[in-house]
Amino acid sequence: MIALIPLFPLLGFLVNASFGRRLPKAVSGGLASLAMIAAFGVSAVTVWQLAGLAPAQRAVTQTLYTWIASGEFAFDLTFRVDPLSAVMILVITGIGALIHIYSTAYMHEEPDGEYARYFSYLNLFAAFMLVLVLGANFLVLFVGWEGVGLCSYLLIGFWYQKRSAADAGKKAFVVNRIGDYAFILGALLIAVRFGTLDFQRLASAVAPLAPESMFGPLSLATLLLFIGATGKSAQIPLYVWLPDAMEGPTPVSALIHAATMVTAGVYMIGRNAVLFSHAPETMGVVAVIGAATALMAGTIGLVQNDIKRVLAYSTVSQLGYMFLAMGVGAFGAGIFHLYTHAFFKALLFLGSGAVIHALHGEQDIRHMGGLKAALPITYWTFLIGSLAIAGVPGLAGFFSKDEILFETFAHGRTILWVVGVLTSLLTATYMFRLVFLTFHGERRHAAAPSHLAPSDAAHDSHPAPAHHDHLHDAPAAMALVLVVLAVGSVAAGYAGVPRALGGGNALGAWLEPSFQARSVTTLADTQVVTPGEAAEELTGEEGLELSLMVVSSIVAIVGIGLAAFIWLTGGKRAEQAARSFPGVHRLLLNKYYVDEVYDAALVQPIRIVSEEGLWRGVDVYVIDGAVNGTASIVNEGATLMRRFQTGSVRTYAGSLLAGVVLILGYYLWRW
Amino acid sequence: MIPLGHYLVVSAVLFSIGVAGVFLRRNLITILLSIEIMLNAVNLSFVAFGRSLGTVDGQIITFFVMTVAAAEAAVGLAIVIGLFRHRESLSPDAFTSLKW
Amino acid sequence: MSDTILFYLLAGVAIGASALVIGQRNPMYSIMLLITSFGALAGLYIQLDAPFVAMAQIIVYAGAIMVLFLFVVMLLNAPQEDAAGWDRAHPMRRTGVGRFGALLAVLLVVQLTWALGRVAGLDAPVAGRGDAAVVGSVRELGRVLFTDYVFAFEATSILILAAMVGAVLLARREGDR
Repeated sequence: MIALIPLFPLLGFLVNASFGRRLPKAVSGGLASLAMIAAFGVSAVTVWQLAGLAPAQRAVTQTLYTWIASGEFAFDLTFRVDPLSAVMILVITGIGALIHIYSTAYMHEEPDGEYARYFSYLNLFAAFMLVLVLGANFLVLFVGWEGVGLCSYLLIGFWYQKRSAADAGKKAFVVNRIGDYAFILGALLIAVRFGTLDFQRLASAVAPLAPESMFGPLSLATLLLFIGATGKSAQIPLYVWLPDAMEGPTPVSALIHAATMVTAGVYMIGRNAVLFSHAPETMGVVAVIGAATALMAGTIGLVQNDIKRVLAYSTVSQLGYMFLAMGVGAFGAGIFHLYTHAFFKALLFLGSGAVIHALHGEQDIRHMGGLKAALPITYWTFLIGSLAIAGVPGLAGFFSKDEILFETFAHGRTILWVVGVLTSLLTATYMFRLVFLTFHGERRHAAAPSHLAPSDAAHDSHPAPAHHDHLHDAPAAMALVLVVLAVGSVAAGYAGVPRALGGGNALGAWLEPSFQARSVTTLADTQVVTPGEAAEELTGEEGLELSLMVVSSIVAIVGIGLAAFIWLTGGKRAEQAARSFPGVHRLLLNKYYVDEVYDAALVQPIRIVSEEGLWRGVDVYVIDGAVNGTASIVNEGATLMRRFQTGSVRTYAGSLLAGVVLILGYYLWRW
Repeated sequence: MIPLGHYLVVSAVLFSIGVAGVFLRRNLITILLSIEIMLNAVNLSFVAFGRSLGTVDGQIITFFVMTVAAAEAAVGLAIVIGLFRHRESLSPDAFTSLKW
Repeated sequence: MSDTILFYLLAGVAIGASALVIGQRNPMYSIMLLITSFGALAGLYIQLDAPFVAMAQIIVYAGAIMVLFLFVVMLLNAPQEDAAGWDRAHPMRRTGVGRFGALLAVLLVVQLTWALGRVAGLDAPVAGRGDAAVVGSVRELGRVLFTDYVFAFEATSILILAAMVGAVLLARREGDR
């Protein structure tokens, strides 16, 4: 039954990949969306069944077959649904279905074949992502891990005739690959050390051990796994592919680079909570990198001018929050934020997609403005999403972000807490900068048509005329999805209302069994000291939590106010700020030159070694030389030997006689 | 009684004459004749050894050599005839189509 | 004593005639001289108590093969090598293969002589062992031929057949059936 969940999208992929070109758009798009809706239905039923079980026994397993049986290792293709993967599959299929529906309208201008190709890739991605979260061991997870990486490449480079899109796809894949390499090493280490890759068996094996006090094998393995997660989830140092990934269609950015694929790293750590909590060194690294990434991305997002880039850096920043949570041991909080973030980030991306669609391909916010009246639905949903991400009380983002900050503070990581609060401020500021510049004020058009060319998507773009052209708001399919997601951005947070405000933190309680080891024999005694339990003691301090909540709310309001102050009033103050700190502004605009540093330090040396050394030196000179040399030796030798054929019989007789004389002479000499 | 060595010397001399003839003459017929001289030299040598060892085998080998020589002469002359028809010449230097 | 004189006489004729064979311009003369040489060789065979071989030499070699050569020469109406092409030049003064071949021939002679000089037991009289009657009898020859060497005998007959067919084919004119 569980296998049906990834099976529906997989079937959708197969149909669209094989016949999609001959199907009309309504059929191929509708089929893909239907596959996702069906998967959502099955997921909902499965989760409902799961909820009917007792908390300690909430796991439904389905083994398809034994994949590898070699010596002492045996790995099965097994799916398991437990509270953690329940949340994930609902998010993936639910938000995935919505985005599929949105795409049917957004991609409508593509030719039939391309339309079907898009949906086939999207379905394939969903299938792989579901395999990733449903996998019961590292091997199945890794299949999904690689698969979503592949689909990400395919979808980023969807408009592959555009050079920048193709390059972005390659960059995403290669950077991911570096992370995957570390991931494989980590998984292999674990397999060698513990003899199994199954998550539950692993947790049971690790749970009785004492946490490592210094850097040992478990820390190394989890660190390697985390490096893989930085690749997939765009953290320092492997985040550089995500901003470039905005070359892909906007729904792709919403689904893959906001709601689902980039969360795979967070999920992976949550899945191995027991493992990670026994490696405090690694946890420290995770928390620090998460916080650092959050802050850094926030600063970069403040000055970017492409609407999707701002959202991309925002995603990197929010992912940093999730890793911060995982790093301090608040696994439930991290997943909570993952869940709410999926709603409002998808909403924001899709909203920006509606804006781009309405403006026929314009993505530069310096050329927007005054769209509030023309695009009402888009505006209001976008505003809700921005309020949610800024952490305004009452909306989803507030609860999840606040829980993370509280847990960070409660675990004594005060510096990281300060970083988190700073990032909160930045989040509110840059989000509302985006809102004000895009929707408020007067419409600013591009000065000349040539300005539009570099920032375009592959849509046809008309140069914006000087007068107000008729802008139409999102078509029905897109608008419906935006509204649904907006409702979600408000309501989703209420699943995890903390005790301090009177709620029961339902989500946290639901997720907790997933972060503990279940011993195989008895299900009752789970006497593992997990940080989840430790946090339970801490949440007794409800007063602390309330006061921290107040701090976060103030920070959010301040951020919004700051943004309004600078950007709502015509932008002069923004220019003044930019002029007063030119160096800082340039540094942020160029993303701290990280890409350039990577290029100089890594890419160019490798390229030089490959081209000059290996290609010219080894391949052309040595190998081709050897092959051609052999041929030319044979050629030369043959030319030489050819001269023996004189055609004259007397010469032949002469050589015969010479041979006779020589042989005779030899024997006589030896006599 | 004539020593064995005498016969062998005669045989050697005849053989060398035959060899020289193959090289120094430019007439195909004469070259074939030189080959016959060489074969005869060998025959003489065989008979002498056979007599010296007291068996009849030497003469038998001679028997076969003569047979083969006859066959070879016949075929060789047929080839010469064919070649002559082609080029109207009996010089070996005229037939160089197998030259590289 | 007379044996020795006879030997030297016959050997001299054989060698002399052969030497002249390779020096003639007219192939007809070469053939005639060669017949003479064969005759002398037949005499040497008789001295070696091999009458059958001597007879075979005359009948087969001188009688059949040389006649065949004569036929061919007369059939082809072989042109004599013209004076310009006829090189009476000293072998060592000829160009290319000629010089090389002459050199090799000289080397061969040297080697053979040297070898012969080193072999022991060449001074023993050739008719020292065994009796003449046994060695020279045709009965003995036939007996050995048809028992020990019968396979070679049969194979040779096939060889002759092949040679015959080959000769006929090779000498046919183009276009003849």
